[in-house]
Amino acid sequence: MFYREAGEFKTSYVDDNQTFPIRFDRYRYYFVLFAAFLVIPFAVNDYWVNAVFMPFLIYSIAAIGLNILVGYCGQVSLGTGGFMAVGAYACYKLMTAMPEVNIFFHVLMAGGITAMVGMAFGLPSLRIKGFYLAVATLAAQFFLVWLFNKVPWFYNYSASGQISAPERTVFGIAVTGANTSAWASYMFCLVFVFICGILARNLTRGTQGRKWMAIRDMDIAAEIIGVDPLKSKLSAFAVSSFFIGVSGALFFSVYLGAVEVGEAFGITKSFLVLFMVIIGGLGSIFGSFAGAAFLVLLPVLLKNVLVGMLGWPTDLAAHLEFMIVGAMIIIFLIAEPHGLAQLWRVAKEKLRLWPFPH
Amino acid sequence: MSNEEGYVTADGRKIGGTLMEMKNITLRFGGVKAITDISFDIKEGEIRAIIGPNGAGKSSMLNVISGFYVPQEGEVWFKGAKRPQMRPYQVAQQGIARTFQNIALFEGMSVLDNVMTGRLNYMKSNILHQAMWKGKAEKEEVENREAVEKIIDFLEIQSIRKTPVARLPYGLKKRVELARALAAEPMLLLLDEPMAGMNVEEKEDMSRFILDVNDEFGTTIALIEHDMGVVMDLSDRVVVMDYGKKIGDGTPDEVRSNQDVIDAYLGVSHD
Repeated sequence: MFYREAGEFKTSYVDDNQTFPIRFDRYRYYFVLFAAFLVIPFAVNDYWVNAVFMPFLIYSIAAIGLNILVGYCGQVSLGTGGFMAVGAYACYKLMTAMPEVNIFFHVLMAGGITAMVGMAFGLPSLRIKGFYLAVATLAAQFFLVWLFNKVPWFYNYSASGQISAPERTVFGIAVTGANTSAWASYMFCLVFVFICGILARNLTRGTQGRKWMAIRDMDIAAEIIGVDPLKSKLSAFAVSSFFIGVSGALFFSVYLGAVEVGEAFGITKSFLVLFMVIIGGLGSIFGSFAGAAFLVLLPVLLKNVLVGMLGWPTDLAAHLEFMIVGAMIIIFLIAEPHGLAQLWRVAKEKLRLWPFPH
Repeated sequence: MSNEEGYVTADGRKIGGTLMEMKNITLRFGGVKAITDISFDIKEGEIRAIIGPNGAGKSSMLNVISGFYVPQEGEVWFKGAKRPQMRPYQVAQQGIARTFQNIALFEGMSVLDNVMTGRLNYMKSNILHQAMWKGKAEKEEVENREAVEKIIDFLEIQSIRKTPVARLPYGLKKRVELARALAAEPMLLLLDEPMAGMNVEEKEDMSRFILDVNDEFGTTIALIEHDMGVVMDLSDRVVVMDYGKKIGDGTPDEVRSNQDVIDAYLGVSHD
């Protein structure tokens, strides 16, 4: 009923290769884009942008990046926080060293720098796999955070050891600094999410994606059909780190404004993004969004329900929130180990046949 | 029979010159000799079988050809030139494709994507083209899709095109794996026990496909198989191995009447 394929005939391979081959899906996608770009910016206030939309958008980029590495290429990484820090510090250095360049390009360049750092830390993946690789990337996490704490050049010798974003504008509208309006920072992040989402989708649906997935599913067979494991693993690290770097740059410059590295980009950040990817669904772009939404929205929702509706004291609610979120993650992973994306897929298959399943 | 210039088979097919030649290959794992001083050749357009009892070193031989194992002694010659030491993916780029004894498909991908991976050597667009998609990457995708659809038609797996491989039964998986190898349009196709674990019908299907591949695409095929009936019917020439040594080489009829081969398969009386 909802997903009627009947009457939709693909007459070219281009049609068949579309991201949303079913018309209904395609319209829903356009509707979401329309709402995100033309409705939400006019309707949001500070609270919604800062508590909900910005963390969701920024973590979505990070989750897409990590999903490419873990979900598509099968290389486990616990260095996400460290790579986000690289993006943030690269962005900060670029912003202060080249104030005349638009911040848009600073963020992209920060992504590029993170990609190179990611490739360097991806080199061990050629020799080690699985948990051992996870430990190697954990080393990246601790090393990078230590580096940004120890070397004053990275935080421009500021007395507090923090980095804080100066005001920068796009088309004359401030997107970083104290005078930023909510809708502007929202739009700035949204543009990056839109670009990153499309790039990630293109990379994963074509040759490159198939190389990554081949390495993930069976690396020996991948090599025998002509996949160069060195190139594909390193390209996965590079692309993944690019996205994570972009998200780190946005997290620092647009969202937080001022950052202390150990606090903002510690090991908990790595785990948070990894949870998003696992809960959302490994190997799915939609899953990255779903996972980010789940882990960003759930605490906000719980807080509103517990404090706002039930009238519990804030400290009690804050502690219970941790327990409830943890329990829900466990319950969820037992019920559906393949994540939200799989739930969505099953629901779609059912809806395709509904109301006549036989 | 086996001269440098090729020959004509019993059913009248013309076989060309030498495509691949193994010269005095010896492969050791520590103290164990898996292959001892074996030489044989594979000629263009023929179906060459490697047979032998369990543990004879057949699969090791195939792994040497496809670059997984590097022999301690001996040379591999391909297309008239000595092959330097290569990684398996470089061997694949030279035009050698293979299937595996226990299926090595990419379980997380659809049949179509699996077969498309076989076309990797023909995909030249770089990662930036891929990211942009429109233009070069899309054009290339469509061109290679057309080639892949021909293979899918040929192996009669149209109906499962978009099914995830993990859901398929064993016989079909074997066929998809063959499709993936064929999509590479290889010069030399290596099949490691293509009929293991199949019922009679599936075996007949697979035999038909192997003969058709050889006939229509002119692909040279080297296969390992346990089913003697199949081997003797399909192949033009047979290498027989036992305990890592070559004990016979020739047409199926010659091999069948070779005393060493009979001994290896039926055992020798020790009285």
